Amino acid sequence: MDTSLLFSLRLSLQVASVATGLIVAIGVPVAYVLARRSFRGKEILDMLFTLPLVLPPTVIGYYLIVLLGRNGLVGRYVYGWTGWSVMFTWYAAVIASFVVALPLLIKTTRAAFESVDENLIRASYTLGHSEYRTAFKVILPLAKKGIVAGAVLSFARAMGEFGATLMISGNIPGKTDTMPLAIYSAASSGDRMQANTLVLLFTLISGSFLYMANKLNKRIL
Amino acid sequence: MSLTVRVKKALDAFTLDVEWSINNELAVLFGCSGAGKSITLQMIAGLLKPDEGAIRLNGRTLFDSGCRVDLAPQERSFGYVFQDLALFPHMTVRENILYGAHGMHKDMREQRASEMILRFRLSGLERKLPNRMSGGQKQRVAFARALIGQPKALLLDEPFSALDNPLRLEMQNLLKQVCREFPVPVVLVTHDLPEARALADKLIIYADGKIMQAGTPGHVLSSPAGPEAELLAGARDRDLIHVVCHPCNCSLPIAQS
Repeated sequence: MDTSLLFSLRLSLQVASVATGLIVAIGVPVAYVLARRSFRGKEILDMLFTLPLVLPPTVIGYYLIVLLGRNGLVGRYVYGWTGWSVMFTWYAAVIASFVVALPLLIKTTRAAFESVDENLIRASYTLGHSEYRTAFKVILPLAKKGIVAGAVLSFARAMGEFGATLMISGNIPGKTDTMPLAIYSAASSGDRMQANTLVLLFTLISGSFLYMANKLNKRIL
Repeated sequence: MSLTVRVKKALDAFTLDVEWSINNELAVLFGCSGAGKSITLQMIAGLLKPDEGAIRLNGRTLFDSGCRVDLAPQERSFGYVFQDLALFPHMTVRENILYGAHGMHKDMREQRASEMILRFRLSGLERKLPNRMSGGQKQRVAFARALIGQPKALLLDEPFSALDNPLRLEMQNLLKQVCREFPVPVVLVTHDLPEARALADKLIIYADGKIMQAGTPGHVLSSPAGPEAELLAGARDRDLIHVVCHPCNCSLPIAQS
């Protein structure tokens, strides 16, 4: 394997791993709140978190430019204070993957939390355990497979992220060219050999993750 | 030890409006399905909020709509056995029982769990998951878990409804033994005639969210005040078979059907 291919593979795995870590850290508490709490605007919050699932990646990329660009709503302050912008770095690819793949974990995990038998939760309360302890000792262990399945799906989606990533991290060889971007470059420059290798490798990796997610999903059903 | 309940709650089909109190005895809430028995139990445990009323256990106010007191289920000190038993499927028998020993020192928890395992004849099953156990074994785990924390009262929501007659007999016997060993108020919800007759120290007959009659079984059966009580009184001895339970040799009535 040539070094550029290895770089793209390593970068894609790095971006997807970091994004998935953030998705689990933020998505699981969000899914818990959506599944277990009642408050005004809950379904609007759910809609906002789910929106990236149906929006074209270019729209998400545009929103991220508006937010994080050097002159963006948040980006201008970051640039003003540090002289650094997240744009066109691999961190931007992580943010794009995070936003696009987060809904998959939230949807799967919320469903897993909602499927936990309410009587088990009530039993935990009557045995003297707080909501916090019940969440860790009863709800999370029983929803574990759903959470893992959601994380695997999110990882696979983060690996495949292209549109939003291209818009905010660019396609800089040796810096931000993740596998989907490298495939695009290889195909558009007529390097069929490189494109074929990348596509086969990518299909194999994504297929394995989907297979794992399906197996986990079947177990929780 | 006493449990006093006065609750009112508007439900879809009727308004539940009941008032009763019990001492250290086994009170059976008897009535048809949908009469409000289980809802009363949930309100006592703090799992459902009454619209108004008051619930007191040994003089301690658990709920009082007038004083705006509404203790969380965690603070009420009830042992609760659910109709489906609600054993945690991802925990072994020992872990399920230990989970009920909340707030105890670790050594004390382990010691209490071992005592419960012996008392409820669960030795050898400690490492089993609930889905690998029989209905009777699960019942015993549910009782052990509910009692390990030394609750101040025991609430039982039709715990024997899914059992066949021989096992039901064994569990009724177990409940009698529990009542002897743990002298606390016990409230049992049932719509099973022989079970109500066999176990009750006090019968509280529910119908459409109201109490039709309350009193000792002797009083209720000798002068029934409504169709539910008449039904209960009508289940005379000739309708029941007295079965001797081994190895304790106690006799309990079960329906011929």
